[in-house]
Amino acid sequence: MIYYILRRLLQIIPVLLGITIILFVLMYIIPEDPAQLILQKGATEQALANLRAKMGIDKPVYVQYWRYVKQLAKGDLGQSYRYRRSVNSILAEHYPNSVKLALAAIFIEIVIGIFAGIISAVKKYTFWDTLVTVSTTLAVCVPVFWLGMMMQVIFGLQLGVLPMSGMGDGSIRYYILPALTLASVSTAYVARMTRSSMLEVISNDYITTAYAKGLSFRAVIGKHALKNALIPVVTLIGLDLGALMGGAILTETIFSWPGIGRVIYLAVLQRDAPVVIGGTLILVLVFVFINLIVDIVYAILDPRIRYHKREANV
Amino acid sequence: MIMDDDKKVKKVGTAAIPDELEIEGKYSRSSLYKDAWKRLKKNKLAMLGLGIVIFLVILAIFAPLIAPYDPNARVKEDSALGPSSQYWFGTDLLGRDILSRVVYGSRISIEVGIVAVGISVGLGLFFGALSGYFGRWPDAVIMRVADIFFAFPYILGAIAIMTILGSGIVNIFIAIGVLGWAYFARIFRGSILSIKNKEYIEAARALGASNTRIIVKHIFPNAIAPIIVYATMNVGTAIIVEASLSFLGIGVQPPTPAWGKMLSESLSFIDIAPWMMLFPGLAIVITVLGFVLLGDGLRDAFDPKMKN
Repeated sequence: MIYYILRRLLQIIPVLLGITIILFVLMYIIPEDPAQLILQKGATEQALANLRAKMGIDKPVYVQYWRYVKQLAKGDLGQSYRYRRSVNSILAEHYPNSVKLALAAIFIEIVIGIFAGIISAVKKYTFWDTLVTVSTTLAVCVPVFWLGMMMQVIFGLQLGVLPMSGMGDGSIRYYILPALTLASVSTAYVARMTRSSMLEVISNDYITTAYAKGLSFRAVIGKHALKNALIPVVTLIGLDLGALMGGAILTETIFSWPGIGRVIYLAVLQRDAPVVIGGTLILVLVFVFINLIVDIVYAILDPRIRYHKREANV
Repeated sequence: MIMDDDKKVKKVGTAAIPDELEIEGKYSRSSLYKDAWKRLKKNKLAMLGLGIVIFLVILAIFAPLIAPYDPNARVKEDSALGPSSQYWFGTDLLGRDILSRVVYGSRISIEVGIVAVGISVGLGLFFGALSGYFGRWPDAVIMRVADIFFAFPYILGAIAIMTILGSGIVNIFIAIGVLGWAYFARIFRGSILSIKNKEYIEAARALGASNTRIIVKHIFPNAIAPIIVYATMNVGTAIIVEASLSFLGIGVQPPTPAWGKMLSESLSFIDIAPWMMLFPGLAIVITVLGFVLLGDGLRDAFDPKMKN
C-alpha cells in the first residue's frame, strides 16, 4: 500500500512540472510586454527597460522558467501585473468562495442525484424511471451557462424569489442558483450511475435472501443494497469534487460569483500571466490530489486495484 | 497467454470481435458493422439521434435556402420584436431575424463538431498507436503527457489557447482539437494492447508485414468501434465548448452567427427580449442531444453487453 501511494505521489511531480512548462510557454508566446502592462501607457523606454531587467523578463525563457520554479518551490506564486498584489493573496481571497460553491454543488449532487437514482432503479420502467432517465439525458445536453441564464430569468427576474447574481451577504439564497447550475451535469451522472449500480446490486442473490427472510422493502434497499451500490457513486462524487473546484469558470462568470474561476478568466482577458499560471496551478494541484485521495481510498477498499495497477503500470 | 488476451478482449468489449463469430469462422469486418447497424436500427432513441444529426447537417448545408432572411440584415424598425408569423423566433436588438441566425449558426456548430473532433481523433490515433504498439519509453512519455492533459481543466485550457491564438473559427478547431486527443489516445492504446498479441497479428508479422501495415490493416479495423462511439459523443462536448468560448467572447466573432455568441449578446437584454436567449439555447440542447443519443445507441449497437 505504501509502495502504491509513493508511486502515485511520484507520478504527480512530472504532471505538475509539465503543466508549469505548458502554461509558462503559452504565456511567454503572448506578444504583450508585461512591463508595458504594469507601467501602462506613457512610460519612458528607460523605465520599461529598468522594470524588465528587475523582473528578469529580458532573460531567455529557460532562465525565466528556472527562476519561476525556484520561486514556486518556496510557495510564492509571484506578483500580479494588474493588481500589484501577490498572486497568493488574490487567490487566498477568492478561493474560499469557489470551495463553498463547489461544496454546495456537491451537496445537491448527493441529495438529488442519489435520491433520483434510487427511485429510478427501484421503480424501474415506471413513470418515475422514465422521468429520471429523460431529465438526466437532457441535463447533460444543456450548456451550464444557458441553464444559469434561464434560471436567472425565471427565479430572479420573473418570480423575483432569488437573487440573480453576486454573493451578497453570503446567505444561502445567493448559493441556490449558482450551485444548481454548477451541479446540473454532475447530478445527472450521479443519478445515472446510482441507477445502474443499484439495478446491478438488487439482482444479486443476497437481496432475494434478505426479502425471503422477511425484511421490509425499506430495510433491504436502505441497509443491504444501498451500501454496496454506492461504492462507485462515492468515487464519482469524489472525482467530481476535484473537477468542480476548477470547473466553475462559466458559472462564476454568469452569476458574478467572486471565485477563483472568474479571477482566472478576467486575468486571461487582461493578460495577467502570473495570476493565470498561479491560479491554474492551484486548481490542477487540488484536482490531482483529490484524484489521488479517491484512488487511495478505492485501493484500500478494493485490493485488486493496487495489484492490477502495479502489473499493468498504468 | 491466449486465455489472458481473451479476457482482455471481453473487458475492452467494444473493440472485440464477438467470440461466437470468431469460432464459427464468420469473422469479417463488414459483419461486425452490419450487426451493429441492425441493432442500431432497432433502437428508437438512437434513430431519433441520427434523425436530429441528419436534419442539422441538412440545415447547415442548405442554410441559404432554408433561412427566411439574411442573417446579418438589420431592419431598424423591426428591432427586438417577439416571435410572430413574420419572424418566427423574433428579432434581436439590431433587428436581425433570430430564426435565420439560428439556421446559419448550425454551420459553425457542425463544423466545430466535425473538424475539432476530427483533429482530436487523428492525434489520438497517432499517439495511441505509438503508445500501444511500441510500448516502452514512447508509451511512458505519451501517457504521462496524456496525464497532463487530463489534469487540465478543459474550458480553462481552451480559454488559454484561444487567448494566445486569438479568436476565430480555425483557432477554435485547433484549441478544442488539441485538448481532446488524450482520451482517444487512451482508448486506442487500450484496444491495441488487447489485440496486438492475437494470433492473426503474429501471423501478419510472420508473413513479413511492416509495423505500419499491421497497425493500419489489421489493428485499426478491429480497434475502431470504441473510437467511433466516443467521437460521436465528443461532438456534443465540442459544440458546447465552442458555444462556451463564443459566449465568453473569445470564440466566433460578430457578425458571424454562432449560437454561443447569440446567447452572450442576449445576456444584457434578458429582461426586455427573453426570446433572444431561448432559441439559440434550445438549438444547442437539441444538437447535443442528437449526438448523445446517437453515441449511446452506437455504444449499445457495437457491444450489446454494455447495455444497461
